Amino acid sequence: MSFPLLTSILLAPVIGLILILIIPEREQLLIKITAAVATFVALALSVYAYVAYDQQLGGMQFLEDRVWVPAFGINYSLGVDGISLPMVLLTAIVIFTGVFASWDMTNRIKEFFIFLLMLVTGVFGVFMTRDLFFFYLFFEVAVIPMYLLIGIWGSTRKEYAAMKLTLYLLVGSAFALIGIIALFLYASNQLGYLTFDIQTLATVEYDIGFQKFIFFLMLVGFGVLVPIWPLHLWSPDGHVAAPTAVSMLHAGVLMKLGAYGLIRVGVFFFPEGAKFWAPLIAVLCIVNVVYGAMIAMVQRDLKFVIGYSSVSHMGYVLLGIAALNTLSLSGAVTQMFAHGIMTALFFALVGNIYHKAHTREIARFGGLAHQMPKVAAGFLIGGLASLGLPGLHNFVAEFLIFLGAFTSDQVLWGGLLSYRVLAVLAISGIVITATYVLRVVQKTFFGPRKAEWDVLEDARGVELVPIVVLCSVLLLFGLFPSLMVDLINTGVAPLVAKIEAAKAVGGIF
Amino acid sequence: MMEYAWLVPLFPALAFPVIVFVTRRLRLLSALVGIAAIAASFVVSVGILVEVLQAGVTMEQPVEKALNWLAIPGPEGWLLKIEAGILLDPLTAVMLVVVTLVALLVEIYSVGYMHGDPGFSVFFSYLSLFSASMLGLVVANNFFMMFFFWELVGLCSYLLIGFYFHKPEAARASLKAFVTNRVADFGFMLGFFFLFLMFGTFNFRELAEAVPHAENLGLLALAAALVFIGPIGKSAQFPLHVWLPDAMEGPTPVSALIHAATMVAAGVYLLARAFVLFAGLPSVMLIIAYVGGFTALFAATIGVVQRDIKRILAYSTISQLGYMVMAMGVGSMTAGMFHLTTHAFFKALLFLGAGSVIHALNEQDIFRMGGLARDMKITAGTFIIGALALAGIPPLAGFWSKDEILLAAYSHGYTGLYLLGTVVAFLTAFYMFRLIFVAFFGPRRAGLHGHESPWTMTVPLLVLAVLSVVSGFMGAPFVAHGFSSWVYFGEPHHVEPNYVVMFTSTAVAILGIYLAWFIYGREAVSHEALSRRWQGVYRLVYNKYYVDEAYLWFFRRVVLGLAEAFNWHDRNVVDRIFDGVGDLVRWSGRRLRYLQTGHLPVYGLVLFAAVVVLVIWAAAPVIGGIR
Repeated sequence: MSFPLLTSILLAPVIGLILILIIPEREQLLIKITAAVATFVALALSVYAYVAYDQQLGGMQFLEDRVWVPAFGINYSLGVDGISLPMVLLTAIVIFTGVFASWDMTNRIKEFFIFLLMLVTGVFGVFMTRDLFFFYLFFEVAVIPMYLLIGIWGSTRKEYAAMKLTLYLLVGSAFALIGIIALFLYASNQLGYLTFDIQTLATVEYDIGFQKFIFFLMLVGFGVLVPIWPLHLWSPDGHVAAPTAVSMLHAGVLMKLGAYGLIRVGVFFFPEGAKFWAPLIAVLCIVNVVYGAMIAMVQRDLKFVIGYSSVSHMGYVLLGIAALNTLSLSGAVTQMFAHGIMTALFFALVGNIYHKAHTREIARFGGLAHQMPKVAAGFLIGGLASLGLPGLHNFVAEFLIFLGAFTSDQVLWGGLLSYRVLAVLAISGIVITATYVLRVVQKTFFGPRKAEWDVLEDARGVELVPIVVLCSVLLLFGLFPSLMVDLINTGVAPLVAKIEAAKAVGGIF
Repeated sequence: MMEYAWLVPLFPALAFPVIVFVTRRLRLLSALVGIAAIAASFVVSVGILVEVLQAGVTMEQPVEKALNWLAIPGPEGWLLKIEAGILLDPLTAVMLVVVTLVALLVEIYSVGYMHGDPGFSVFFSYLSLFSASMLGLVVANNFFMMFFFWELVGLCSYLLIGFYFHKPEAARASLKAFVTNRVADFGFMLGFFFLFLMFGTFNFRELAEAVPHAENLGLLALAAALVFIGPIGKSAQFPLHVWLPDAMEGPTPVSALIHAATMVAAGVYLLARAFVLFAGLPSVMLIIAYVGGFTALFAATIGVVQRDIKRILAYSTISQLGYMVMAMGVGSMTAGMFHLTTHAFFKALLFLGAGSVIHALNEQDIFRMGGLARDMKITAGTFIIGALALAGIPPLAGFWSKDEILLAAYSHGYTGLYLLGTVVAFLTAFYMFRLIFVAFFGPRRAGLHGHESPWTMTVPLLVLAVLSVVSGFMGAPFVAHGFSSWVYFGEPHHVEPNYVVMFTSTAVAILGIYLAWFIYGREAVSHEALSRRWQGVYRLVYNKYYVDEAYLWFFRRVVLGLAEAFNWHDRNVVDRIFDGVGDLVRWSGRRLRYLQTGHLPVYGLVLFAAVVVLVIWAAAPVIGGIR
């Protein structure tokens, strides 16, 4: 029996959580250190898994299997492939840096870190499980603590935002649940026995009509989480209300659960269904990209800018999924990682400013680079990543998505519109993004020194951890993209093979 | 030296992190690191140039070395192969020497110019990053790599324009530069996407082989036209020229290096690098030629009425870049690249000279200067040499290269463009010597006294002055194996001197200088009276034909208006609908609550009624009632 690597990653936050349970509330530093150590262990193990994964071999690796409920064919089975491993790494990086970004919290931090670690356990679980039952279970574990984290520790209309977010996500997951149950029953009928094993379920030949119906449920269910327009409004409100670390996880990781679910359960199980609905995704995601970026341009609150920028950037992920080819899907997964890191960086920095200045109103700032040069530098790097500057990871992702969508020959409405045109519209997003990002940088950090903000101190000590770590990751994978894209390809290749083997299905449009 | 070509961009690339993380607090050491790195690059570049010319590496048979940077396997071969590669031919080699030489001189100059600036080390780190990116752009062997570094030089330009970020104008100018270039890069990216779609590669050499056999010429023309949008932005051609004059908010050495000699020339370099793409498409070539020609004239007219010394030079740069683009468009890659080379030297000289003046006076309005030639002999002398070179007075550098362009336009049958180019030559001589007579001669209008700058600044001026004199000879018609036998497209052809063209261009240049002297030197006519007399035209030109105002209006009214409309829609339509669903649930819950009254008799009644209904329903077939 080899070392249970993935279970260890999963258990690291759980053990941290249990330890924090028994630490008295007044030992604040100890609580934080425990959380930091627990997440560091998860990070170190994730990095190890990332390095140790055998790309030649590909497929699911670091497998673990335990029978759980044999009557229903439920197994506790873990494993990662080229799609999920980057997500595991992303989660580990974001939670580790998120703990440091919450270092200044004082209000009920015991409960805060307990919920935070619970949330992240759920996220790790979703990305590592190979069992559909556990997939849904972990999914819910990741969503529920969010309500409390925002409702208790949030700001700006926190109860409203927390309730809004929870309702959106629960309604979404209800759709997904119906889909999961239906496909479980359908597959069991076909197979003649009960199983929740994702790999086995994917081998079943689903009827095309069934696929179309269930993929739609998945699209709504997971699409809410991505978020796909017009189901996106929980996300800006949620981002703004959430405390720093939660915003980081929320935008950095939680949104990726949606996209991951859409790929792993949606496209992988129902390639024909995906082909049918892909044109709808392609059209909606352009709304995400352009409309989201335009709205970001006129926001007055720093967090709203980033919230809408996420709506815009996740549109690229959807475009990558919709185009359904190797380049675009590789780009989509890369973008999931890159956007997660970048947006976590943004929220860490905005949290830092908000904590000290008690406001996020862009108009009140100006010249902050005088008082906070390191924060300004970090924000600029994040901004440059966001606008797709070469040398940073997001560029690689966006480039692959653009090229993938652009080279697709598929047409919509009998040739009235094509993926190529949609790709051109999506690429126009880089101009809008550059405009709003650099306008925010200019208004917030440039200009004459304002005496009002001389009280602000630059980031130092532990506050630098998130900035340095996240910027380094963006640079590392931006300069040496094959470190990640090669891995992702091993995961995308079987998916594309399945799509290509699927029957030709006309799109909805 | 050719096998060490990868070192050329690497030296400054390493200097950047060293300065940022190690020597930031040791100011002079930072400068030294930056200068040493670029000096090393310069030495290697010269070695490469010598070797390329000696070894007979030609444009047709370049040396190429590449690694896979990002490769995605497909069913057969690579689905996508992006290389980090180096392409060496005389074009690359010449450009490497130009860039490293100007960068080296500018960095030395900056030691004096930026002396005492709190951001001294940061400045040198940015310059190093810029040099690395620019050199990466020059050696790139494929469109992707070129785009990669194209964006990075744009970033450095952004950072350096906004170097004095406390000045709101500087912050605004940097934003404007980046966004304007982004618009152009959008087109550029689409252009090489179309090329990828057609040929499945980004590699210049592979494209050069495939392009002549392309079947769909319409699509190819579209791709080429889109690629050309990149140079329109980067080389500040009309209508995307608006960012370059504002870019003068950056420190003057930056204006010299980035916004005159090297980065803005990258667009022209791209046209040369991908010349095979354009050469076979007459329609696209025509667009290129006329965009370049129009820009040359358009910017020159604006340069005539500006008052800010740097802005005059900025419009001059736009105008000269227009010349180069026009040269490409009329089909002479040699002439365009030749002018790029000489222009790099004399325009850098002029900007550094202007920097020397600004350093001494802290003033940029030429009408508040005067008589500087007495106080700043080296600056004035070298500046006049630069101006003569720019004006195209023989035998200085600009004469030979400008002549080559005019000749190309003339001999390829573009008579209109030839005449236009000649008019520009006249305007160029006029606005430059207007500047010189106003700033360097005559009375001290605002009582400002200049003083000569330190040697770190004057030595680069002297070196560049020498280059402005001699660099033209390498392409002069009487030189047997000169520039035209190094950098060419198709067949190297030795141009026969055309004395009519030569004489005319020299004559109009002298006429321009004379007119400038007449109005601003002798003050035979009052220039104020002239501008009053032609007030309408003067206003229009002085306000740069209101292009900026038009763009600002478009951004404020249309773009932001649309954004506000979307925002309103998101909040008041989309959100309302979904909140409405929530409210509907709550409302119906509140209504349905009344069903649960808690009164047993009511429940009993409902139960009874239900049973009755069910019984009837069950019994219906038996009784034979309802069908």
